[in-house]
Amino acid sequence: MTQVRVLVGTRKGAFILTSDGTRERWDVSGPHFAGWEVYHLKGSPADPNRLYASQSSGWFGQLIQRSDDGGTTWEPVGHEFAYDGVPGTHTWYDGTPHPWEFKRVWHLEPSLADPDTVYAGAEDAALFRTVDGGRTWHELAGLRRHDSGASWAPGAGGLGLHTILLEPSHPERMFIAISAAGVFRTDDAGETWRPTNRGLRSEFLPVPDVEVGHCVHRIALHPSRPGVLFMQKHWDVMRSDDAGESWHEVSGNLPSDFGFPIDVHAHEPDTIYVVPIKSDSHHFPPDGKLRVYRSRTGGNEWEALTKGLPQSDCYVNVLREAMAVDSLDSCGVYFGTTGGQVYASADGGDAWAPIVRDLPAVLSVEVQTLP
Amino acid sequence: MIRVVLPAHLRTLAHLDGEVALTVEGPVTPNSVLDALEARYPMLRGTIRDHVTQHRRPFVRFFACGQDLSHEPPDTPLPDAVALSAERFMVVGAIAGG
Repeated sequence: MTQVRVLVGTRKGAFILTSDGTRERWDVSGPHFAGWEVYHLKGSPADPNRLYASQSSGWFGQLIQRSDDGGTTWEPVGHEFAYDGVPGTHTWYDGTPHPWEFKRVWHLEPSLADPDTVYAGAEDAALFRTVDGGRTWHELAGLRRHDSGASWAPGAGGLGLHTILLEPSHPERMFIAISAAGVFRTDDAGETWRPTNRGLRSEFLPVPDVEVGHCVHRIALHPSRPGVLFMQKHWDVMRSDDAGESWHEVSGNLPSDFGFPIDVHAHEPDTIYVVPIKSDSHHFPPDGKLRVYRSRTGGNEWEALTKGLPQSDCYVNVLREAMAVDSLDSCGVYFGTTGGQVYASADGGDAWAPIVRDLPAVLSVEVQTLP
Repeated sequence: MIRVVLPAHLRTLAHLDGEVALTVEGPVTPNSVLDALEARYPMLRGTIRDHVTQHRRPFVRFFACGQDLSHEPPDTPLPDAVALSAERFMVVGAIAGG
């Protein structure tokens, strides 16, 4: 029987929410790794019971946990993330050189084909890979050694590599995004990279259309149309129709084009979702109303989705990793808030209900649709 | 045997209920005790000392016999009372944060 498994990372542990295909009643397990920050957990597309979790703390550093039974039991695997060679420096907030220092793993992206291969996006920004199920990790250093690497500077949340998109029709191609450097693309499985940010404008930068330096919050694609990318930038919702070669703005009628997550409907590649946030200094929804906005036209024309969401006195945030979709028909959409709610819609966003209301602040949401 | 006390989160990680008793070859120092600890509980590697630099993590401190040993060179011998099992080597997480 079809099952949906929602993997939730929070400031104080991980939770796993499960339901059948109706998505009406939910079982909650957790906290796993109680008391630790879980920036992200994700399952392998090739073996859905193989899960990986990024567990970290300011006291004890980074751990990686692996489950082979869908999250019932976990074992710590390798967690040594050493930059390749002499790492050198990037640029600090004040413009001075600053040594690269590993802080944590923001994102884990299991290979589409091999459960033992996983990519990890780190702060300070770097891409690591394991090919042995997490026992050992090695940096794909071509990214950090890009000519622009020394100029990368952190966003307010750190210099994090937060998004890794694998491209199902081009196994050698991958997109990553870094705050605040931008989007980079490889076409040779991570050996070499180039920035793909043409068309982005960030008015707060000395050179608003600079090639590298944009605070890209999230990018997303639909696997059936991998040349089309959507982006929630610090400000602006953007779209590329040429695999990142150029971008154009599709913010349209959004009440604010600041926000963090962006995602694509599982079956409608032109249907996308964002959660507008008032501004970069507010980090809560405009007017105290938590609204998901949906565009069925790939941007520009947006409708507010409010049914079941608080429409007064709501001042939570939705972080970049905290939205996901399932692949049922109709498509389920899920997001978590810094107030600890995880909302689900089983009808593509028309109506919402909380699965849970009182978790620690939600850092990430992923969904698995299980046969 | 060297008796070691770990913070609660690291005891959970290593599936420990109480203190750890370790056999340490040669001089008993913070480094040799932690080497023995990590050899028995590999999941603790990197949690007390940084993986790469092997420096003590900033929010972790070492105490024994009522003394803060955190800033001693890590190859300094621990007090005899620790080596003789009369006192425990304590790895302490800072009381900080939320």
